[in-house]
Amino acid sequence: MTKTIQTTKSTEEAVKDFLKTLLEKEKVCGVFTLKKITSKAVAYTLVTDPAELDDAVPLYPLMPVNAGKLLSRFSLKGSSKKPVIAVVKPCELRGFVELIKREQGSIDNLFIMSFTCGGVFPTSTEVDGTAEKQLGSYWETVKKGMVNKDVRPTCQSCEEFIPYTADITLEVLGKTDIDKQCIMHITSKKGELLFEDNKNKFIEKDLDTKKLDTIRKQRSQEKEKLYEQLDKKLTNIDGLIEIFSKCLSCHGCSKVCPICYCKLCEFESADAEYGPSQYDSELKKRGGLRVPPGTIYFQLGRLSHISISCVACGACDDVCPVDIPVAMIFKKIGESVQQMFDYVPGKDYDEPIPLVTFENEEFSEIEE
Amino acid sequence: MNMKKNEEFMPKIIAFLCNWCSYAGADLAGTSRIKYPPSILPVRVMCSSRVDPLFVLNAYLGGADGVLVAGCHPGDCHYQEGNYFTRRRFAMLKKIVEGAGLESDRLRLSWVSASEGTKYAQVATDFTSKIKELGANSAKYKIFI
Repeated sequence: MTKTIQTTKSTEEAVKDFLKTLLEKEKVCGVFTLKKITSKAVAYTLVTDPAELDDAVPLYPLMPVNAGKLLSRFSLKGSSKKPVIAVVKPCELRGFVELIKREQGSIDNLFIMSFTCGGVFPTSTEVDGTAEKQLGSYWETVKKGMVNKDVRPTCQSCEEFIPYTADITLEVLGKTDIDKQCIMHITSKKGELLFEDNKNKFIEKDLDTKKLDTIRKQRSQEKEKLYEQLDKKLTNIDGLIEIFSKCLSCHGCSKVCPICYCKLCEFESADAEYGPSQYDSELKKRGGLRVPPGTIYFQLGRLSHISISCVACGACDDVCPVDIPVAMIFKKIGESVQQMFDYVPGKDYDEPIPLVTFENEEFSEIEE
Repeated sequence: MNMKKNEEFMPKIIAFLCNWCSYAGADLAGTSRIKYPPSILPVRVMCSSRVDPLFVLNAYLGGADGVLVAGCHPGDCHYQEGNYFTRRRFAMLKKIVEGAGLESDRLRLSWVSASEGTKYAQVATDFTSKIKELGANSAKYKIFI
């Protein structure tokens, strides 16, 4: 059983109140959460003044940037000196954990609040204002635990919607009464530090896994459908060319990727540029060459870098100006690689990334 | 495409050979005058774990008909454990190539020790005949690569 706090306020209000109290009582000195900029736009913000939390929207179904990447930037040069609490989505948390494993951030002095996630809208809907209009129908499907067709494809097919390493887990998905009550599970010893004053209010309760299992099943079915569509195209080099030849080489997908952390990207270095002799030899072989060359090399290369840790947040899909389904391709291939090593990225701080460790006896079938 | 009709297809195989075992093994095959097809273009690396998956992808997309990575047998690595990392990385790479719909059979990982001249020749012969069956790598002629 998990220690739980149950209140009779809407989940969003209860969370905001809780965050405000934390600031007021100086349990934490900062709150990292989504906050409204205008009526339509939201941004991740670090807040210290409780009054600034009035227009915070911690559960808003948008991911302007993967917060894992932001938390990494926040703690890259050392952990915060004062405690901070961050409200993030499960995949953002997993991304952050993967970055911590790569020594790109620190969890010290950082509390994480997360929730069972219903997915996020593509960022384009924030720009054209449709996100705001679809909020009603979004929360309806979240309460009923149905697959929402307006969220990112990776969210529609996401099976990892329960946070793994959060200190506090909110129950949101599949809960019909989130407008009337808030269920807050304290899922780590560290998390209990925040509740020292209300220990008497603890009740013992677990996540409603039965409901979540049925949701997972629906999402799996959705995933299979989306994978099938991809399988039709990913059959040979021509299929790859069909998908990726539109690529502008803007490398936006790698800029927003929570796992791509290199400050100097291999694919943007001088090494990646073709010299005259390379153009010559390539042209001799092919009789023509797109400029700039290397789009498929870039995508497959990026897969070799990040597929082991891809958390399938879908941020790459969002920024692609030519609508390449990057996220689903990375999710699919990433999943197959991760399964091979029995690895779920971001599940555990202490589990090493499979590529930096090994067993003496394994993969004998690889060697010929 | 660029081939004359009657000319037999001889694959081009880029082979990344580790300095301590496989390169010496290839050398031994040569000095022992063991015959194997002239399809292998060796690249000497200090350890098979020096082979960045990008090298392999670059060779594949650049039109190599096959890519061979060869190193010391597990447990015999000159640097103690380099080849264990190679093995994991290579397993991952094959999965990615397969997942992308490309021919993962064009990639091969083999362990060849410094004393295994015959095994090196065997690997070269086997791999070449396998690639011959697969035919030329069609990525070679693509413009939008």
